Amino acid sequence: MRAFSDRFVALVCALGVLAVLMTGARAGPYEDGLLRFTADSFDDTIEGIYAVATSGNALAPQVIGALQEGRLLFSAGEKQVFIRETPDRLIDAATGRPVAGGEPSDLVPVRLNNRLRRIIEAALGGLTLMAPDPGKRFEAAQAVLKSKDANALPALDQAIPRETDAQVKQALTEARAAVVLYLDAASDADKIEAVAVIRQRGDQDALALLGGLPASASPAVKKAAADAIASIENSLALWTALQNAWYGLSLGSVLLLAAIGLAITFGVMGVINMAHGEMVMLGAYTTFVVQQVIRAYEPTLFDYSLAVAIPLAFVVAGLVGILIEQGIIRFLYGRPLETLLATWGLSLILQQAVRTVFGPTNKDVGNPSWMSGAFEVGHITITYNRLWIIVFTLLIFMGLLALLRFTRFGLEMRAVTQNRAMAASMGIRTSRIDALTFGLGSGIAGLAGVALSQIDNVSPNLGQSYIIDSFMVVVFGGVGNLWGTLVGAFTLGIANKFLEPYAGAVLAKIAILVLIILFIQKRPRGLFALKGRAVEA
Amino acid sequence: MSGNLVLRSLDRGALAFLATLAAIGILVPLLNLVVPASSPFYLSPYFVALFGKYLCFGLLALSIDLIWGYCGILSLGHGAFFALGGYAMGMYLMRQIGTRGVYAHPVLPDFMVFLNWPELPVYWYGFQHFAYAAFMVLFVPGLLAFVFGWFAFRSRVTGVYLSIITQALTFALMLGFFRNNLGFGGNNGLTDFKDILGFNVQAPTTRAALFVSSTLALMLGFIICRVVVSSKFGKVLVAIRDAEARARFLGYRVEAYKLFVFTLSACMAGVAGALYVPQVGIINPSEFSPGNSIEAVIWVAVGGRGTLTGAVLGAVLVNYGKTYFTSGVLAPYWLFLLGGLFVAVTLLLPRGIVGTIHHHWREWRGRRLAAGVQYAAPRPAE
Repeated sequence: MRAFSDRFVALVCALGVLAVLMTGARAGPYEDGLLRFTADSFDDTIEGIYAVATSGNALAPQVIGALQEGRLLFSAGEKQVFIRETPDRLIDAATGRPVAGGEPSDLVPVRLNNRLRRIIEAALGGLTLMAPDPGKRFEAAQAVLKSKDANALPALDQAIPRETDAQVKQALTEARAAVVLYLDAASDADKIEAVAVIRQRGDQDALALLGGLPASASPAVKKAAADAIASIENSLALWTALQNAWYGLSLGSVLLLAAIGLAITFGVMGVINMAHGEMVMLGAYTTFVVQQVIRAYEPTLFDYSLAVAIPLAFVVAGLVGILIEQGIIRFLYGRPLETLLATWGLSLILQQAVRTVFGPTNKDVGNPSWMSGAFEVGHITITYNRLWIIVFTLLIFMGLLALLRFTRFGLEMRAVTQNRAMAASMGIRTSRIDALTFGLGSGIAGLAGVALSQIDNVSPNLGQSYIIDSFMVVVFGGVGNLWGTLVGAFTLGIANKFLEPYAGAVLAKIAILVLIILFIQKRPRGLFALKGRAVEA
Repeated sequence: MSGNLVLRSLDRGALAFLATLAAIGILVPLLNLVVPASSPFYLSPYFVALFGKYLCFGLLALSIDLIWGYCGILSLGHGAFFALGGYAMGMYLMRQIGTRGVYAHPVLPDFMVFLNWPELPVYWYGFQHFAYAAFMVLFVPGLLAFVFGWFAFRSRVTGVYLSIITQALTFALMLGFFRNNLGFGGNNGLTDFKDILGFNVQAPTTRAALFVSSTLALMLGFIICRVVVSSKFGKVLVAIRDAEARARFLGYRVEAYKLFVFTLSACMAGVAGALYVPQVGIINPSEFSPGNSIEAVIWVAVGGRGTLTGAVLGAVLVNYGKTYFTSGVLAPYWLFLLGGLFVAVTLLLPRGIVGTIHHHWREWRGRRLAAGVQYAAPRPAE
């Protein structure tokens, strides 16, 4: 009985909308409907709701909404209906204008009961499906898709041909399909057509819709649904793989960023810099300071903060790097194990220094507006900050390759790497090249810090969490080869993300570490080892 | 024969060191147990536990010095063996709690009851027996070191590569032990110990006994190291340290030598960890953190690598400094000091304290004897 009456209401609403469409807005039905509210009988109120909801008047949603919340008042004496907007503001429902002068003395709310409330809800649903705002319409369609409410069917049938926005139209069609699928009265042909529509949607919601089919469905419909489920699961598996690949690329780019500076200091110079992570941290804190200054003096330029932070972080970390090289590492060439210990000590000092200056807590580094938000490709959500970091990483990588390949400094660097004694005899000041190379590696770590500050917590321990991973990347990729670092970083990143669904984040990481340890057995010099004839490298 | 070997390995310095250790091992418990608390010579149980902890660190440092000072293997993951030994002992101590736990389960430790484990995992079987636990203290670190070393040394992973993958090893273990479902108490680790061999771990006499055991273990470890390094085997180790390729070309199976000494060292670290746990009263995954392992390496560097006595001295000195600094107003500066120590020792004091004293004394004696055989100072291995 209830279902019938509700459906009837919805049908009436839809017919009303249709009528409005054909005839255009007239003064009549809306005012007639309002008049019904003043009769103070439930049956008249129902008639009133139908009339108002189908009138197409711009005030209709407001009136029905007020009725639902008990803010719709009427004066039996003056035969007028009002909306109580705020305690001291009354609107004439007929005109939408505030009531001037004194309020009628016999104002009482339009009474409701449960039957009326259901009718109001259905009427509101129908109204939102026609709402002027496409976002609202889309939401309403999504709500119907979830509720599979049969009452919405007539409203949907009316709304679909009217819809101009392609995305909303799609949503409405899918919502209609969902309703039809769960409607006992619908024919098998309609249901199979609905299955096809939902199959097109192809996401988890679609799986849930098809999977939850009532047992009363006919075999043909069930078979169609089962086929659709299989096909959706296949395509979802593909999307999941793509999603993992994207996460892997993202993680790989972060690893590459952290490792690329290390690849220079460790790979080219053979120096183990355990304080490399702290160079990353310095870059991140530089970003923080730049943002603080901009926030304090020129908040409108916040979106350009990274443009300032990038060169500054490079310079800060690079200078600290040169200082370290000149002050400590210079004296330890040829003693890699002791360099390792000294730079570890240095990393403790730098961490503690930052902790003393900035405090041990995480610092808030903001995303500029062009780096926040996300967009969707198929079923994958891609966030702008991750995307920009991949672009940034690749730019740095290519810039570095170009620097090594085309500049004099790059040439001298390669010469020193290949044969230090010969390079020195050719007049290259190897000690200067060493200092600059170390500065370059550290500066790139600083750049990594700018990028990581956008996705990670900026704390004194920031660098620590990357140092082991970066060493793994360099060792895996092969020392002294930037391409090895690139391949190593993305391989490890993607492998990690593909293992995660099966093993969980921590076990995936452990598995990767174990795999690298095993891999080093096979190729002790990494993926892209420099060919040489030395007994001991 | 073997007694002869031991006697030959102990020179005057080594005997003096052993005598000092023995004196400490006797004096400290006496001053704690026999001397009345009002006496100025009285040592509090806190001090006994603290010094016992230092001795365990000394044994860990000794094990690192054996491989780093004499074979050139810089392990940045020795804390892992230490912690594994500690966990083996911790598992024994957990099983001894019995029904006295919060949940009073006769078999399962509290954390397993808490996490709804239906029964004891297989790898916890047998740990209620001390002998089995003691065996595992040696066996687990030894096995891990053997397997890891077998892979690493066979494929000639040396130098910094080895250092980095040992660091990765301990890092991986740390991540693993942090997980609750591994069955080692997750990030809380194992704690709330009651008894060891039927004695209350908190009792002063038990603490004194643990202190004496630590001293004995350190003395035994020292003797073993002395025997190893002063034998012909030890000479080969030094040869490998100084010129690995040359040793290999001379026909020595370098990887076999390395593997043996690495495994031995891991077992020693395991014992150190096992003695450490009942004295500290807790073992948790942070013992696996790479920072701990590197800190242990710096003890050796401070004391003087390749001297054995220096390693122990360095461990005690640095840890005493740590206790002194981190308990006072200077706490925020401890990391500056520790970091500075790393830098200063590698730059200014590459031989460490004991190594530098040795060096100068030998030079001075060499000059005096003028005609004596020139002493070749051990060159730090790369």
